[in-house]
Amino acid sequence: MKKWLMAGLILAGFAPLGALAAKAIVVGSKVFTEGYILGEIAAQDIESVSKVPIERKLGMGSTGILFAALSSGAIDLYADYTGTLSEAILKQPDLKSVEDIHAALAKMDLVISEPLGFDDTYALAVKESFAAKHDLHTISDLARVQDDIKAGFSYEFMDRKDGFARMAEHYHLHLDPQKVNRMEHSLSFQAIDDGAVDLIDTYSTDAKIKKSKLRVLADDRGFFPVYQAVWVARKAFVDAHPREWQALKQLEGAISADAMIDMNSQADIQKQSYAKIAAQFLGSEAPRSQSLQSNILRRTREHLWLVGMALLFSVAVGIPLGVTAARYHAAGQAILILSALIQTVPSLALLCFLIPLLGVGTKPALAALCLYSLLPVVLNTFTGVRTVDPQHLENARAFGLTRRQVFFRIVLPLASPTVLAGIKTATIVSIGTATLAALVGAGGYGAPIISGLSLNDVPTILTGAIPAAFMALIAYGVFEVLDFLLIPAGLRKQR
Amino acid sequence: MLELQNVYKTFEDRTVLADINLSVPKGATHALIGSSGSGKTTLLRITLGLIPFDRGYVKINDQPLLSFSPVEWAARIGYVPQDGGLFPHLMGYHNVSLIAKLRGWGNSKIAGRVEELRKLVDLPASVLKRFPHELSGGQKQRVAIMRAAMMDPSVMLLDEPMAALDPLIRHSLQQELKAIFNRLGKTVLIVTHDLGEAVFLADRITLLHEGRILQSGSYADLLRHPADPFVTLFINAQRTLPDAAEVA
Repeated sequence: MKKWLMAGLILAGFAPLGALAAKAIVVGSKVFTEGYILGEIAAQDIESVSKVPIERKLGMGSTGILFAALSSGAIDLYADYTGTLSEAILKQPDLKSVEDIHAALAKMDLVISEPLGFDDTYALAVKESFAAKHDLHTISDLARVQDDIKAGFSYEFMDRKDGFARMAEHYHLHLDPQKVNRMEHSLSFQAIDDGAVDLIDTYSTDAKIKKSKLRVLADDRGFFPVYQAVWVARKAFVDAHPREWQALKQLEGAISADAMIDMNSQADIQKQSYAKIAAQFLGSEAPRSQSLQSNILRRTREHLWLVGMALLFSVAVGIPLGVTAARYHAAGQAILILSALIQTVPSLALLCFLIPLLGVGTKPALAALCLYSLLPVVLNTFTGVRTVDPQHLENARAFGLTRRQVFFRIVLPLASPTVLAGIKTATIVSIGTATLAALVGAGGYGAPIISGLSLNDVPTILTGAIPAAFMALIAYGVFEVLDFLLIPAGLRKQR
Repeated sequence: MLELQNVYKTFEDRTVLADINLSVPKGATHALIGSSGSGKTTLLRITLGLIPFDRGYVKINDQPLLSFSPVEWAARIGYVPQDGGLFPHLMGYHNVSLIAKLRGWGNSKIAGRVEELRKLVDLPASVLKRFPHELSGGQKQRVAIMRAAMMDPSVMLLDEPMAALDPLIRHSLQQELKAIFNRLGKTVLIVTHDLGEAVFLADRITLLHEGRILQSGSYADLLRHPADPFVTLFINAQRTLPDAAEVA
């Protein structure tokens, strides 16, 4: 019993309690440079007039996650674009004017501001050199190279109603489907720099257009809708914080396209912090940025908390489920199939399902991690219990052990190597999967990884990736110790 | 004293055991012998209280099995499974002491009893600190006997005690087992398919065939006054090697 207690303490060390957040104004943002900067501008702008604490949940993901978060009240506001709102949210592409969109959103208890001043529309871009070689200036010109050109388009552009398919139709373009790749938007610049693709979709204010020496092809047939940046907020927030909303409305018309490109380039190319860029724009002092060390420490705490809690759950629920599955055939099949099914849901999709139920932040992230860590524990417990030699069980009963004693004295120790291997797998996988938690604002090592990805900034990615790898290594070491403590010596030596 | 009276067992419509009567007097060693499919494993499991039976009585010292809880019955029979059946995750000492510990014995009482049994089966102390996979076949068998005798049961039940041993070890262990049984002074029932083992270890033999007892008696009785032609057939079938006279 003593060694189980010791093992319990070691496991508990994985789960330091996270601090409870006070009721704050929550600012969200999309997961690309401009989103981060606008989020930071909103946060600092409110901070300059308000004493209400501000919580930044920047870099939460794409439109769907942000909108779900806003609807559920998990965030109060974020910056979005008129075109995105009418297409992706309202599903009414005909709504063009700010007034119409405003009216449609009001029915959903949401409010938008007047445009902030710049238009960030979709655009197609090619290398300057490629453009010169083929004399490309407009999207229509692409028809001349449509059989050979290799494209790298973002998931959003490929899947939106006003995205690739409609554009191709509008321009009578017939790109070779074999040569149209879907990729994460932030990677497409790398791809075009490396010559892996010739054509990418981008935003018209993207700083990397200059850095990568790209030529934006003119939208000569006026296909792309207008994407004017606006603040989107919950009506409840506007009602409860009129002064703060007024401060945000001061920024209407205040951010020109040039100013935005400049700020994007300060972030993407000069690697300035979002906080500093926002402060410069607002003409105020930048809030003191946290040191790298304290940042990593905080991320570590958040990450450990997520992984630790998921682990406790998978042990507390997975082992009994695995034992049940081993004991009752029908229930067993149901349990195994269900936990395998959960595993096949892509993590981003699972997060999206969970947001309407649980909001954003740690709750959906934790729920997803718990579900993902379940299968290895259930499966290994099932296998471990099922492979115990039935002769040992009959002998134990002949010696007068009760059912309970047979389970705890014979079955569990004999199954323990397999069960522990399952917990080990669940832990290592959780440490990796938990990086996705940052997409819903749960923090952890994923936050620098995602923000670094959007900046194409390798050092920032590494401040998340390296500690995550270390944590996995340390977890591995901890499990070696646990193996030693928990697996009976007689079974250990056999291996 | 172990008694089986009028025991019947059917699985679905198939009669596996019919009218089994067997009596092993206190301190005697008895062998229940039969080929595979004879019903001897079923009889073993019935005697251990692991499966129910249809009719009749199983008694130890005139007290019937059904008047006890499984735990109480287990305390009256010391069981030595085939090949020892030691739990692989427990070292020898803990295999022997597992039940005593679960019954709340103190450590010093356990240590005293283990030491007593260790001398009785003639094992070096170091053997008990090893795990089953580090023991020889003979050592496993002796540790298993210690475990069976730990709670001082009235009856010892052994399942094929020699089956897994090589012939040379078999021979020396047979001698020792006999001595150990004598020293223990317990009522012993050995279940086996091996006539040689039965003859060597047991005072009396019961031959089981197709769920019925064909004959009970000494080896001499079975040899000279077979109650059924199968008895002779069984005995002859097991004498596989020709004797010296035949070879010459």
